[in-house]
Amino acid sequence: MLEKSLKGSRGYWIWIIFLLIVAAIGFFFYLRQLDYGLGVTGMSRDVSWGLYIAQFTFLVGIAASAVMLVLPYYLHDYKAFGKITVLGEFLAVAAVIMCVLFVFVDLGQPSRVMNVLLHPSPTSILFWDMIVLSGYLLINIFTGWVILTCNRKEVPPPGWVKPLIYLSIPWAISIHTVTAFIYAGLPGRSFWLTAIMAPRFLASAFASGPALLIIFCLILKRYGRFDAGEKAIQALSKIVAYALATSIFFVLVELFTAFYSQIPEQAQHFLYLFTGLEGHTKLVPWMWTSAVLAFAALGMLIIPPIRRNDGWLAVACVFVFVSLWIEKGLGLVVTGFIPSPLETITEYVPTGAEIAITLGVWAIGFMILTILYRIFITVHDEKENP
Amino acid sequence: MTTNRREFLKIAGVSTLSLIAPAIVCPAWAKDKIIPVSNSPEALSPSKALTAKRWAMAIDASKCPADCVDCIAACHATHNVPGFGNPKDEVKWIWQEKFAAAFPNESHAYLRESLQKQQLPVLCNHCANPPCVRVCPTKATFQRHDGIVMMDYHRCIGCRLCMAACPYGARSMNYRDPRPFIARINPDYPTRTKGVVEKCNFCQERLAKGLGPACVVACKEKALVFGDMENPQSEIRLLLEKRFNLLRRASLGTKPQIYYIL
Repeated sequence: MLEKSLKGSRGYWIWIIFLLIVAAIGFFFYLRQLDYGLGVTGMSRDVSWGLYIAQFTFLVGIAASAVMLVLPYYLHDYKAFGKITVLGEFLAVAAVIMCVLFVFVDLGQPSRVMNVLLHPSPTSILFWDMIVLSGYLLINIFTGWVILTCNRKEVPPPGWVKPLIYLSIPWAISIHTVTAFIYAGLPGRSFWLTAIMAPRFLASAFASGPALLIIFCLILKRYGRFDAGEKAIQALSKIVAYALATSIFFVLVELFTAFYSQIPEQAQHFLYLFTGLEGHTKLVPWMWTSAVLAFAALGMLIIPPIRRNDGWLAVACVFVFVSLWIEKGLGLVVTGFIPSPLETITEYVPTGAEIAITLGVWAIGFMILTILYRIFITVHDEKENP
Repeated sequence: MTTNRREFLKIAGVSTLSLIAPAIVCPAWAKDKIIPVSNSPEALSPSKALTAKRWAMAIDASKCPADCVDCIAACHATHNVPGFGNPKDEVKWIWQEKFAAAFPNESHAYLRESLQKQQLPVLCNHCANPPCVRVCPTKATFQRHDGIVMMDYHRCIGCRLCMAACPYGARSMNYRDPRPFIARINPDYPTRTKGVVEKCNFCQERLAKGLGPACVVACKEKALVFGDMENPQSEIRLLLEKRFNLLRRASLGTKPQIYYIL
């Protein structure tokens, strides 16, 4: 089936070549990072995680898109999602591959990555994260591919896929929970040391993943001769609306605890985010952008006439995506280090090389996604117009 | 033909077995349980080595003269700690902090002025319950039976989860090749490569030779006292018995082993 990705319009090839160029630039800078060390990034002794780990954290959420389609379709027999569950699974595949790549480019000694398997450490959450992420990747590649193959041959999926699909539902929950636990179990990082971290991850994931999926469905509808169906898109937009509302609620709950208790350790990180600390305000404009976009998107998504308009829906979904990309990315990761346990404020700004490598990984992810979606569309086309 | 095939299968079977047998008899995860040489009682206590059930340090910073950095200089020279000259790439094993930074929860505006101005030496606390060891995905950082929390520079993958986990900011990452930035290389201690994390090791390499930690030996004022916390007659225990002392961020349950006499 892979050969189907070799056929496409001029636009398709321009897009692929563009992604290849971005990936190549990223790879060039990665070689520089390999040679020099992680010093080419903006990370420092005090802020020891930055843009890479922020993308990783955010993209684990995007991988959730699959479960929001699989669950209604397979557990509740919600037929409208039948056509697009494969799209969700393929998005999960691309997102998880990006996650793995972002962790990889963040390693100081990437050639030793197999030490994680050679010396398995069950007390380390990162070890478990590796297990759940690779498992989730395999499950989604398998189910997506098998179901698409069966669609092409117009035969029902084999019996053994069903249990795998059911397994993917709790598994999707586990990748968010385990990723949240990387942060939520560290003593002395009060910003992350909160039991609501995992629920927050889940809520923002179920908003950002389906939002991205809606954007893709709208793009495919306009340029790809594939209509996911009004009903499916509207159902997805309601999922985004509820998840976004929950996500905003969870952040507000955090703010209450931090500011009503007035425990400085709790409040100082949020102060850094929203007002800046002692004149250090690099993240403040970003966080306010995120907050404004989140509320604007929520407003648009809960008003039915706006939600039903494709154009406005696309805008709302872009808002959700950007807002959560900031909030769950740099906002969450970098702020955990500011101020440091020694009350030092060291700010973080990604360097050009770091941004180039980040864009390169995104390009690889989009390339995988484009190829998988291309195959999906071709299979679909052949079925509709034999 | 039948015999041939049978023979072939036999040989193939035996070869396959001989290839996988070592892995079955001694799988990778079992290797970890074999006590490494450096952790075996013999290696830890060759005749002249200093040994303890739990190593710890007491610091009486009131004895520290202003501007004295003898302990820092000695440690960093002994362990080939590079000097990059910028805070971003900085690697440090022991350094100075104000009381308010080292003890944020104990500090307030009306503490006696001498204490507020006091620079305290800070270093890895060699916690009895170390979060860095718990989070390490490769066991590159580990705890010895005598309490020393150590790094295996050859196993560390540079994920920096331990840096996020340490509530004392005791760990440094080699963001670039440190070797060109080492003033004078001490051949008795390894240099590190880029991309690995490092920190104070309580001078385990000196203890094995019967020498006290470099910082303790370098301190002319005897402000640093090193000893066995499990021996009630040790100098450190007798000292802590007499003088009021605090642990950094004791509420976190990490059970740090650097005791600050105030």
